[in-house]
Amino acid sequence: MVPLSWYIMLSAVVFSIGVLGFVTRRNLIIVFLSIELMLNSVNISLAAFSHYLQSMTGQILVFLVIAVAAAEAAIGLAILIAFYKNKPTIMADEISFMKG
Amino acid sequence: MTLPQIFFAYFAITITGLSLLVVTRRNPVHGVLWMLVLFIHVAVLYLFLNADFLAAVQIIVYAGAVLVLFLIVIMLLDIRKEESERRFNWTWPAGLLAFAAFMVFFIAILRDFQVFPGPGQYSIEFIKSQGNMMTVGKVLYGQYLLPFEIASLILLVAIIGAVVLVKKRAE
Repeated sequence: MVPLSWYIMLSAVVFSIGVLGFVTRRNLIIVFLSIELMLNSVNISLAAFSHYLQSMTGQILVFLVIAVAAAEAAIGLAILIAFYKNKPTIMADEISFMKG
Repeated sequence: MTLPQIFFAYFAITITGLSLLVVTRRNPVHGVLWMLVLFIHVAVLYLFLNADFLAAVQIIVYAGAVLVLFLIVIMLLDIRKEESERRFNWTWPAGLLAFAAFMVFFIAILRDFQVFPGPGQYSIEFIKSQGNMMTVGKVLYGQYLLPFEIASLILLVAIIGAVVLVKKRAE
């Protein structure tokens, strides 16, 4: 039997790597991928809790998180394309119109 | 170590390594493809946890829809000339600091982590006798009907929002 804390540790490590990618990368597509990585790590911990507590709520939450992640990816990538029409770059540090 | 623990160790190490590959590759297409492998590993992890429905949804929605959306957007944008530039933001020390802080924080919390085996209704025997899909469906359309409807509304807003954002303005 795999202890629950192993799943939670895996989830924590993957979440931290997602934070690392989100803050450090310049390419906005990789930034979105990092967000998906963080959402996936949370899903792992929710499914693990659902299994070990013998409750169905965790699985339903994972389902809702997947729906929200799909919506977030669609909207985020649409914003990226709309921005690319104004200024042809997808590098995060070159998007500085509001810098004053 | 028992056999399930060896399986879990393989998947944990592979998922960690793949997520590091995703956040460090220069070419976004490579990042997306490594992410595909990672999603399949996560789906197998869901099968370990007796969540068959979630494993199927993970493959269909994430690998089938979201990653294809990413690839199409990469195709629409001209990223060829951006590949030779530097990869990391000037804020990368802050990112490393956040990473280290998160790791210390999580390890400090999870070191003496215990779970109380709840008197849950949905034991493995119960789910096996009913079937995973039927159990999920009954809970989803019964107790969690309103959140389910709200999720469908969020998806509708996402569809309309994406179309409105990207379409050409009528001059």
